[in-house]
Amino acid sequence: MIEFFSAVAEFSFLQKALLAGVLAGVACGLVGPFIVARRISYIGGGIAHSVLGGMGAAYFFSNVFNWNWLHPLYGAVIAALLSAIVIGLVSLRARQREDTIISAIWAIGMAVGIIFIMKTPGYNENLLSYLFGNILMVSSHDLWQIAGLDLLIIAMVILFYNKFLAICFDEEFARARGINVEFYYLLLLCLTALTVVVLITVVGIVMVIALLTLPVAIAGYFTRTLWQTMILSIFTTIVLSVLGLAISYNLDLPSGASIILLAGFLFLITISGKKIVAIFTSK
Amino acid sequence: MNNSPIITANNLSFSYNGETVLENVNLTINENDFVWIVGPNGGGKTTLLKLMLGLLKSKTGSIKILGDSPQKARRYIGYMSQHILLDSQFPVSVLDVVLMGRLGNGRSVGPFRSADKEIANEVLQQVGLLEYRQKQFSQLSGGQQRRLLIARALVSRPKILLLDEPTANLDADSEKDLFELLKILNKELTIILVSHDPAFVSDFVKRAVCVNRKVHEHPTTEISGSYASEFYGDQRRIVQHDKHIKED
Repeated sequence: MIEFFSAVAEFSFLQKALLAGVLAGVACGLVGPFIVARRISYIGGGIAHSVLGGMGAAYFFSNVFNWNWLHPLYGAVIAALLSAIVIGLVSLRARQREDTIISAIWAIGMAVGIIFIMKTPGYNENLLSYLFGNILMVSSHDLWQIAGLDLLIIAMVILFYNKFLAICFDEEFARARGINVEFYYLLLLCLTALTVVVLITVVGIVMVIALLTLPVAIAGYFTRTLWQTMILSIFTTIVLSVLGLAISYNLDLPSGASIILLAGFLFLITISGKKIVAIFTSK
Repeated sequence: MNNSPIITANNLSFSYNGETVLENVNLTINENDFVWIVGPNGGGKTTLLKLMLGLLKSKTGSIKILGDSPQKARRYIGYMSQHILLDSQFPVSVLDVVLMGRLGNGRSVGPFRSADKEIANEVLQQVGLLEYRQKQFSQLSGGQQRRLLIARALVSRPKILLLDEPTANLDADSEKDLFELLKILNKELTIILVSHDPAFVSDFVKRAVCVNRKVHEHPTTEISGSYASEFYGDQRRIVQHDKHIKED
C-alpha cells in the first residue's frame, strides 16, 4: 500500500487515474441510488453497451477522415443520450415491449461498434480498453471532460432531487401533483447515460452496471434515505477505486476488473455481515 | 353545513382506443360529501378518478371542480394513490414521503423550504405519525403506510380528498382506524374513495356511486339481521345493488 502511494506521488498517470476514480465516484453515487431504488439497472446496462456503437463510430471517423476533434468520448455521449431517450420513451409508452427494446439496443449498439472498430485501419487495441476500461490511460483531456459531466450531474441532482425522488417512488402521485413525469424520467435517464460515460473510462462498458449498482447496494444497507445512500455510495465508490487501483498496481492485474472484484467482495461481506449480526442479535 | 356543488360532471364520456369506458356520466358531488365510488374492475372507476385529477381529458361532456377545469383545480385536490403500486423497500423516510405532497405548491427547484417542513410536521401530527418521521417507509405497518399516504395527500391543504383503493390488503382493525381518521377529516374535507370491494361499505360513507360504464347512485340502506352483520360485525352497511336512486 505504501509503495503504491509513493508511486502515486511519482507518476502522473496514477494521479490521473485516482482523480478519474474520484470523479466517477461522485457521478455514480449521485445517479446510482435512483437507478437502484427504481429498479432499472438493466436500463443502465442497455445504455452502457450501446455506447460502443458511438465510440466505435467516432473512432472510425476520426481515423479515416482525420477528424481529430472527434474524440471517442463525444461519440459515447451522443450514443448514450440517444439510447437513453429511445429506451425512456419505450418504457413510458409501451411498457410491455420494454425488455425487448432494451435487449435490441444493447446488442445493436455493440454490433455497430465492433464493425466500426474492426474497419478502422491499423491495430485496434482500443476495443479492449473500451470494453474493459483502462483507467491508467486517462489523459488530462479526458479528465476535464469527465469533470464537466460531473458538474452537470451534480447541478441537475441538486436542482431536481425532490422531483426525481417523487417520480421514482410514486409516478402516479407525481403526475397528480402536476409534475411532468415524462420529462423528468427522460432527464434522469440522460443523467444515467452521462454517468455511464464517466464510468466507462474507469471500468469499461462491460462492467459499468456493477459499479453503478454494487456501491449503492452496499451503502443501502447502512442508510435510510436516498440522499444518505448517495453520500455513502460516493464515498464507497471512491474507496473501491483507490483500493482496486492499488491492488491492480501491486499485483499487476487489470484495473477495471480489480475494482469490480473488490466491489463484489465488499458486497458479499456486507450481506453476510448483516446476516451474522441479525443471527446474534436475535439470540 | 354548506352543501354547494364541488364537483360536477355533465354528459361526461370517455373512450380508450375506441372502446367506451364511461358514457354520459352526470354526477354532482357536494361539499363535505363522503362518496364511495364502487364498481367492477374495468368498469371505469379509475378513469373517472383520473378525469377528476386532470390526468385524462374527456372529448365529450365536461367535468368541473370548484367551477374550474381539473387541471386548474389541481391544487384543491389531495390524492392518495394505490398502495399496491408502491415499492415498500424504497429508501425514503416518512418525512420524505409527506414532503412529496408539497411538490407543485412552492418553489419548483432545489430543496424544500422550512415552511414546507412545518406543514409536513403538522399533518404527521394529525395522522398520528409524527414520532415516526425519521423512520424508513418500509419500517411502518400496512395501516401506518396508508395513514402516511393520507398525510401526503393532506399536506397540500386540499379541499377534496381522492383515495384510490385505500383499504386494499388491509386487516379489519387497521381499516376501521383508517375510517375513523377519514370521518374526522370529513368535517372539513370532501372525501371521495374508490374501492372495488363489491358489497360492504363502512358505516361512515354518506353516498355510494356505482361506476360500470354508466354511473348510478345507490342508497346505503342498512340491512338489519342480514348475513352481512353476522360475518362482518355491525359496523357495516350493505349497498342495495338492485335499487337505483335515479336512472339516467
